[in-house]
Amino acid sequence: MALASVTFFALALIAIASAVGVLIARSPIYSALSLVLNLLSVAGLYLTMNASFIGVIQILVYAGAIMVLVLFVIMLLNLDALPSPRSIGWGPILGFVLGIGLLAQLLYVMLTSFGISLEAAEPVTTAMAVENGSANTLGQILFTEYALHLQVAAILLLAATVGAVMLAQRRFA
Amino acid sequence: MFADFIPLFVIIAIALGLALTLLAAASWIGPKRPNKIKRTPYESGMDPIGSARERYSVKFYLVAMIFIVFDVEVVFMYPWAVSFHDFIDAGLVATVGVMTVVGLFVGILTLGLVYDIKKGGLEFD
Amino acid sequence: MEISLLSTSIFAFLVVNAMLLSASVLVYAERRVSGFMQNRPGPNRVGPLGILQPFADVLKFVMKEDIQPAASNTFIHALAPVLMVVIAMSVASLIPFAEGVVLLDIDVGVLMVLALTSVTVYGITLGGWSSNSKYSLLGGLRSAAQMISYELSMGLAVISVVIIAGTMSLPGIVEDQASGWAVLGWNAFRNPVGCIIFIVTAFAETNRAPFDLPEAEQELVGGYHTEYSGMKFGMFFLAEYVNWFVASFIIVTLFFGGYLIPFQPLLLAAIPALDGSLLLTLLQFGSLMLKVAFFAFLFIWVRWTFPRFKYNQLMDLGWKKMLPIALANTVVIAIGVAIFRSIF
Repeated sequence: MALASVTFFALALIAIASAVGVLIARSPIYSALSLVLNLLSVAGLYLTMNASFIGVIQILVYAGAIMVLVLFVIMLLNLDALPSPRSIGWGPILGFVLGIGLLAQLLYVMLTSFGISLEAAEPVTTAMAVENGSANTLGQILFTEYALHLQVAAILLLAATVGAVMLAQRRFA
Repeated sequence: MFADFIPLFVIIAIALGLALTLLAAASWIGPKRPNKIKRTPYESGMDPIGSARERYSVKFYLVAMIFIVFDVEVVFMYPWAVSFHDFIDAGLVATVGVMTVVGLFVGILTLGLVYDIKKGGLEFD
Repeated sequence: MEISLLSTSIFAFLVVNAMLLSASVLVYAERRVSGFMQNRPGPNRVGPLGILQPFADVLKFVMKEDIQPAASNTFIHALAPVLMVVIAMSVASLIPFAEGVVLLDIDVGVLMVLALTSVTVYGITLGGWSSNSKYSLLGGLRSAAQMISYELSMGLAVISVVIIAGTMSLPGIVEDQASGWAVLGWNAFRNPVGCIIFIVTAFAETNRAPFDLPEAEQELVGGYHTEYSGMKFGMFFLAEYVNWFVASFIIVTLFFGGYLIPFQPLLLAAIPALDGSLLLTLLQFGSLMLKVAFFAFLFIWVRWTFPRFKYNQLMDLGWKKMLPIALANTVVIAIGVAIFRSIF
């Protein structure tokens, strides 16, 4: 499927470019918009991997709900653009390189000691991907095998609701 | 299947082309005679006082937060809605089981909604 | 499944143009019907009976100067209307126009409708924010809070439909309504509460009266597009009418049998040669358009019948009434489907 590959690489490029944009934009609103673009292109990536349900949920929840909240905060708090960056010295760059090295080492140790192989047990076919990514399969598993996890998620969401109300209602007297 | 989604990308491209063409046409044909008065924000004839980008009520923020919680709840219900026929076909035990799980899930989150309403978190005046 | 990119592009191009044309028809229809309801003629000077009025409007939009406030953000100011038009048009790709005639036939169709409409919030909030005008910002904020409040009830109404149909594909949902005598298989009769909730939330999502608080003239002048002029305003206008038209399509598809012709099984039994013919496709398209025309008319009718909500009433209705009713309806429908399906 040549078209899927072309789309994949195009979306991957957009995703990386917009992720960099989130970091380097000096104005918070541009940063937030880059993040929206990033989330949308990741949704597109899910679609190229035949995970249509997850892809659409990604748009609905992340782009349609969470980023709206972020945009609200930026608009409500009237955040100004940051001043232009100072020149970066050698210290942070050295720290970054060493940090990457440490991360690679940690990952290597984890992969080898827990016996996790990076190769899939069996090659994934398109039919399998479509089957496993469908909402129906998800429902079959989510409400039987992972029923307890679902309730824990519900309690977490309940806590979030209560917390939001408590924060907004607080009187700073 | 990814192939099914190709028309989406196609129509987005066409609609984007249309929108940009409209913008370009308007900026090409339309007159450009800006002046200072024209470029002030409209405030019913008064001179604008201060910037519009002030801080606004925290209520909007609260609504957005609560929305996220319930949006996630609704998202969890889609897989259930789609697979519900299969659960029913699998027999009474499976049906009652899945209904209990969903009922509990919705019940817990409804508690949150009741709490919000009782605390006046959704009170606008 | 082999679809040629060329035929897809032609189809998509046709859909976009059909939406453009219907938007201009709706502009004319709304102004004429509004005139009729207020006992005045409405636009009747441009062309016979004024039917060329929308084209005159478009010309005027193009010829006008594009003014934007000095302190506004140029890029975002232009991005907002573009976003609105693109999203409005892409939702139109999901509509099944007749049996087998649908541009975007996916297994998560109805969810895609919700996902795309949820992105519309950006167009409105960014348009309101970038203008740096108080009216615009308030309009944008109100609109965003309103849209997200009603999106939940809309999602739950859609879930009740999905429970009945067992699929999220829009053609699948239409075909599921084919059973039952004449029109009784339509979801409007199997799920009346969900139908009412969906129609009300569709009004709120498209910012149509009585939910037109984001652009309440008496309070906020033009709401989020106060500072828009020329073609950029025209694009907001276009997106609004396309959204309204597409919303009518989605209401019909989910609850009023979509392209199904009433008594279709009887018709096919009487004339078996009709099955799979081009005539049947045309008849289905005609039946869909008739139903959609009624709902498009309903939008205008409601506009001149109900006064606008106050903001607290709007929020009360969304969170304290619609959301609990929609939740209860989903549970009732689920129990109903469980009983019905295990018995038959």
